[in-house]
Amino acid sequence: MPVVMSSNQVARTIARIAHEIVERHHSLESLALIGIRTRGVPIARRLSKALAEIAEVDVPTGVLDITLYRDDLMRHPVGPQPVLRRTEIDFSIDDRRIVLVDDVLYTGRTIRAALDALIDFGRPRTIELVVLVDRGHRELPIKADYVGKNLPTSLQESVQVRLSEVEDRDEVVIEDASDG
Amino acid sequence: MPPTADTPRGADASSGTSVLSTPAGLRTTDLLSIGDLSPDEILLILDTAEAMKEVGTRAIKKVPALRGQTVVNLFFEASTRTRTSFEIAEKRLSADTVNVAASGSSLAKGETLADTVLNLEAMAPDVIVVRHAAAGAGHLVARLCKARVINAGDGMHEHPTQALLDALTIREHKGRFEGLRVSIVGDLLHSRVLRSNLLLLKALGAEVTVCAPATLMLPEAARFGVRATSSIDDAVDGADVVMLLRIQLERMRGHFFPSLREYFRCFGMTTERLRRAAPDAIVMHPGPMNRGVEIASDVADGPGSVILEQVANGVAVRMAVLYLLAGGQSG
Repeated sequence: MPVVMSSNQVARTIARIAHEIVERHHSLESLALIGIRTRGVPIARRLSKALAEIAEVDVPTGVLDITLYRDDLMRHPVGPQPVLRRTEIDFSIDDRRIVLVDDVLYTGRTIRAALDALIDFGRPRTIELVVLVDRGHRELPIKADYVGKNLPTSLQESVQVRLSEVEDRDEVVIEDASDG
Repeated sequence: MPPTADTPRGADASSGTSVLSTPAGLRTTDLLSIGDLSPDEILLILDTAEAMKEVGTRAIKKVPALRGQTVVNLFFEASTRTRTSFEIAEKRLSADTVNVAASGSSLAKGETLADTVLNLEAMAPDVIVVRHAAAGAGHLVARLCKARVINAGDGMHEHPTQALLDALTIREHKGRFEGLRVSIVGDLLHSRVLRSNLLLLKALGAEVTVCAPATLMLPEAARFGVRATSSIDDAVDGADVVMLLRIQLERMRGHFFPSLREYFRCFGMTTERLRRAAPDAIVMHPGPMNRGVEIASDVADGPGSVILEQVANGVAVRMAVLYLLAGGQSG
């Protein structure tokens, strides 16, 4: 179970991405962060905190659950439905520059669902994507604007992002999925 | 996500790893009775409903979860609230809905319920929501067809989604069920809402007292494990939740009390009587209300009343049930 990002590396990477966001936007006025459940949410919150420190702006942060937009929802006849959790976006996304945040970019299907969900909330000026890890194997034409780490993987492997808000520590590990 | 045999539904789509909680599900594809649900399944429905509530606050109140699914609302009894609530829930999940009412249907021409259902089944609906005056109508429909079936009220038997929306409302205000004192007053005998509520509240650990004149008392109160009384002051004393049930004149064959005015005098919920309940008690009613019979107007519109919240929660609960049943284990 090789650790590919330590706690320090996770922290440095999030700080770097915050700087990149500041660099790429002339003004952070209309910016908003939206974290995709589950682990995109703490990453978005950490980015928001970092942006407050670097640029002294309070960037509104929302939480998006994409379950109801999944493309495989009604495709299996039986089997428990994915657990639905609350979406919390308590600001208008109209004309905002949205930065969508997730932990791992893989097939791209989660991001497709997130884009569809966001459009139901309004018409943002732009949507950018932050991911902590890009592990490849895209099945849809989707690309991240800010990548913490590019991590070449095989389909047999799985990438686990652990964050202290959810688990007991910060780290990214790569596991052989066939081990269970 | 690349389909692998061991990837559970609910696995994290982006990382290919399972999420925190194992995907919880229902063991059934039909919702016919609260008695078929475990406490965990009841809580799963309430948690899902809480998330569904947010959809109703959006500018575009629609999500694609049930896209391409056909839902038939088969109502053999009058209904405004429940039918509208189901229809809004179905539409918010992007299902295609068809409403069949008894008047104007072939039942008026003498077709049996079974034949009606078999004909509907031939058109391959995915879900049938059924309300009927006969207890067990939902079970019959479920036996006859492959579609998922939701009981929206069967005679004096059960009305599961009403009990679930009541539970959601109670949980939002009280945050718990264990040891919660719930008093239910009214026409117990004819109430399917009561029977579903008793099964649910007992399953989650509430202490329930029921109250009615002897003629409208629940005969099986002991079997449900609830305290029964004919004194409304005794019933309301210290209650955290006071639930009033409608006097169902349309189901009454014979005389159960001298007059509506006398019923109100002895069992109607008034501000005065409500003072005996806990100071933060909530007042509930499944509707439609008979003001001045089981409930005084100033109680119905009073500060403790959560009656319209119940209606609002009905849509979210029905969305949750429609969503979760699609993943139930058939057979």
